[in-house]
Amino acid sequence: MDIQLTPNDVAFRDEVRAFLHEKLSERFTKAVVGGQIDKDTIIEWQKILYEQGWIAPNWPKQYGGTGWSITQKFIFENECAEAGAPAVVPFGLKMVAPVIYSFGNDEQKARFLPDILQSNVWWCQGYSEPGAGSDLAALQTKAERDGDDYIVNGQKIWTTYAQHADWIFCLVRTDSNAKKQEGISFLLIDMKTPGIEVRKIDSIDNKHSLNEVFFDNVRVPVANRIGEENKGWTYAKYLLTHERTAIAGVAQSKKAIEQLKGIAAQEMSGGKPLLEDEMFCAKLAQIEVDLMALEYTELRAIASVADGGAPGPESSILKIRGTEIQQALSELAVEACGYYAHALGQQGIGNDYAAPVSAKYLYGRAATIYGGSNEVQKNIIAKMVLGL
Amino acid sequence: MNFNYSEEQTLLKDSVSKFIQNDYDYETRKKHCAMDGGFDAATWQTFAELGWLCVPFSEEDGGIGGGALETMIMMEEFGKGLVVEPYVSTVLVAGAVLAKAGSAEQKAELLSGIIDGSRKLALAAVEPQSRFDLFDVTTQAAAEGDGYVLSGRKTMVMHGAAADTFIVSARTSGASRDQDGVSLFLVPADSAGLELQDYPTLDGHRAAELTLNGVKLPASSRVGHQGAAVAVLEAVADEASVALCAEAVGMMEKLYRETVEYSKNRKQFGVPISVFQALQHRMVDMFTLHEECKSLLLRAVMSHQAGAADFRKNVSALKYAVAVKGQKAAHEAVQIFGGMGMTDEMSVGMYLKRINVINTLFGNGDYHLKRFMSL
Repeated sequence: MDIQLTPNDVAFRDEVRAFLHEKLSERFTKAVVGGQIDKDTIIEWQKILYEQGWIAPNWPKQYGGTGWSITQKFIFENECAEAGAPAVVPFGLKMVAPVIYSFGNDEQKARFLPDILQSNVWWCQGYSEPGAGSDLAALQTKAERDGDDYIVNGQKIWTTYAQHADWIFCLVRTDSNAKKQEGISFLLIDMKTPGIEVRKIDSIDNKHSLNEVFFDNVRVPVANRIGEENKGWTYAKYLLTHERTAIAGVAQSKKAIEQLKGIAAQEMSGGKPLLEDEMFCAKLAQIEVDLMALEYTELRAIASVADGGAPGPESSILKIRGTEIQQALSELAVEACGYYAHALGQQGIGNDYAAPVSAKYLYGRAATIYGGSNEVQKNIIAKMVLGL
Repeated sequence: MNFNYSEEQTLLKDSVSKFIQNDYDYETRKKHCAMDGGFDAATWQTFAELGWLCVPFSEEDGGIGGGALETMIMMEEFGKGLVVEPYVSTVLVAGAVLAKAGSAEQKAELLSGIIDGSRKLALAAVEPQSRFDLFDVTTQAAAEGDGYVLSGRKTMVMHGAAADTFIVSARTSGASRDQDGVSLFLVPADSAGLELQDYPTLDGHRAAELTLNGVKLPASSRVGHQGAAVAVLEAVADEASVALCAEAVGMMEKLYRETVEYSKNRKQFGVPISVFQALQHRMVDMFTLHEECKSLLLRAVMSHQAGAADFRKNVSALKYAVAVKGQKAAHEAVQIFGGMGMTDEMSVGMYLKRINVINTLFGNGDYHLKRFMSL
């Protein structure tokens, strides 16, 4: 048993640090902290990573991946988060691309992968529907065959950043008579196709990230279907199980603790800094302990994969505890800001750090809902790990 | 970075685990508790023969130089079996004090006796007013001639009645809460002026109250430097805390596994209660609590191995987490076992009781959370 990184991994970490030191300017990190990062800034950062060859660590090398070990991928994610780099938008790079390179044909790979790699095309995810949330396989958006096209009708919901998107990857029903998981296909749809309408959803954080996407007789070439007809569920599930690195968000939460301590050092309570208030510090310490446990749980999972094995059962708790810790920290940040947390998203009111905390807290409630709600995760652990 | 056991460590785990499975079921444990002294002397000799009593001692002291990891491996298995023999009190606490501070003569006599199973020692460091502060000592050690005279009261001495010798902390100088001025003394159990009151604790172990009424000791009875015992005691307490937490983590593993099995067999409303989502989620929580404590345990053990500066902080994180999460897991188990969880027939209630005792030993959750915040 040994917690030390190998000399090679240490050298790699230093290389990542040097890169971040050089390329990650304050403009990026400030935008992340302020919660005001826009599409252009994210794309600019992603293109910097692309130039370096580091935009897609999880992809196979032949398509533009890095060929890193799992430990190196972990180090990279960790260093980026610790440095406060913008998070890579996952829909293209981490969600649809693995499905394309794993199940798409050569033509599809050549057509879609380079633009994803270079961040030329913004993707969004068309999974959830009004009647299909945690029970995703209940989806009803229909794709009916008409010659070389499908005619798509239906509605998707909670579509993050659909307003920016050039393309959407969708699960659609191609066989209404089959068992619900078996009649689903995986389609790539150009958002400029006639019949698509994006409607903004006003969310509790007063920001625009969520949308509804309506499909009214939208014509999609059959050539845009990934893999076989009615096998889409299998591909989507593959994606859910294989592309969940850094799901625990340990480095982000460490960063959040650091920021929270910074806030608490400036906020006054009872005539002294909040950071000297025993009740506040006890709450923070309890979360820190949970995060220390989560960090080692993640290391255990990574070490077991690095060893050539599968992640052990401990890895199943990463999403649940990771999101719970993120939420606890965002709750405490709101508490720390006191009255100024009420000025939701108001720049220039109170201290700079107060403006984003409420929006982060409010949007953060989604973390235990998306990606398979935490209750669904518990159902999975009950079945797969405990054999219940 | 790897979390694998070496071949020797795997062998150690297998040997303790096999012993617990084959020779230490809950009924056996109950019998041991009812024996004279509250444990089985023959089992203690078996531990000696299997080489378990020497594990943490250096080769120089007659041991095999095991570290925190070897101790963790053994204690997790002991936890699963609810082992009641005085391994913690004799080997991991009193033995560790001697290993750290004892003179060559003291080690030669006493450590070899611990290792061959013939001697049992117990540390008497807690007083009624001291709670978790090992420096809070009112027992006095007055110099007299070449030696000392000890007077005072010690409490909750683990397996005190089984010990032939106590290691007693007493003040050679300073006020009752000074960090300096505390010294350690070897006190034979048959010393004149020493009174012992033996009693069972709620977890089936035994403890003793000690009263020292002018116990006369030679100078050679002092362990370590005069007045410098607190650092030794705190170092031993930290290592023993990790060991006790390993015991608790072993129990938490056993608890979630046994609860899952029980739920599959217990039928209500015509079905096994394991199909109820309300119970499934509680069992997932038990599993999660165990994994979290296991991760913190590994963190503390690995930082001890590395001699890392944050070892004490990791110990406090672990001890606090086990106090909260271990108790929670045990409560969940009793709830899911239902009425059966309330009976002495099932072991689940005993796990709950032992976890509660562990939570208090060497500082409870609040104590360690405060220490965590101060480090």
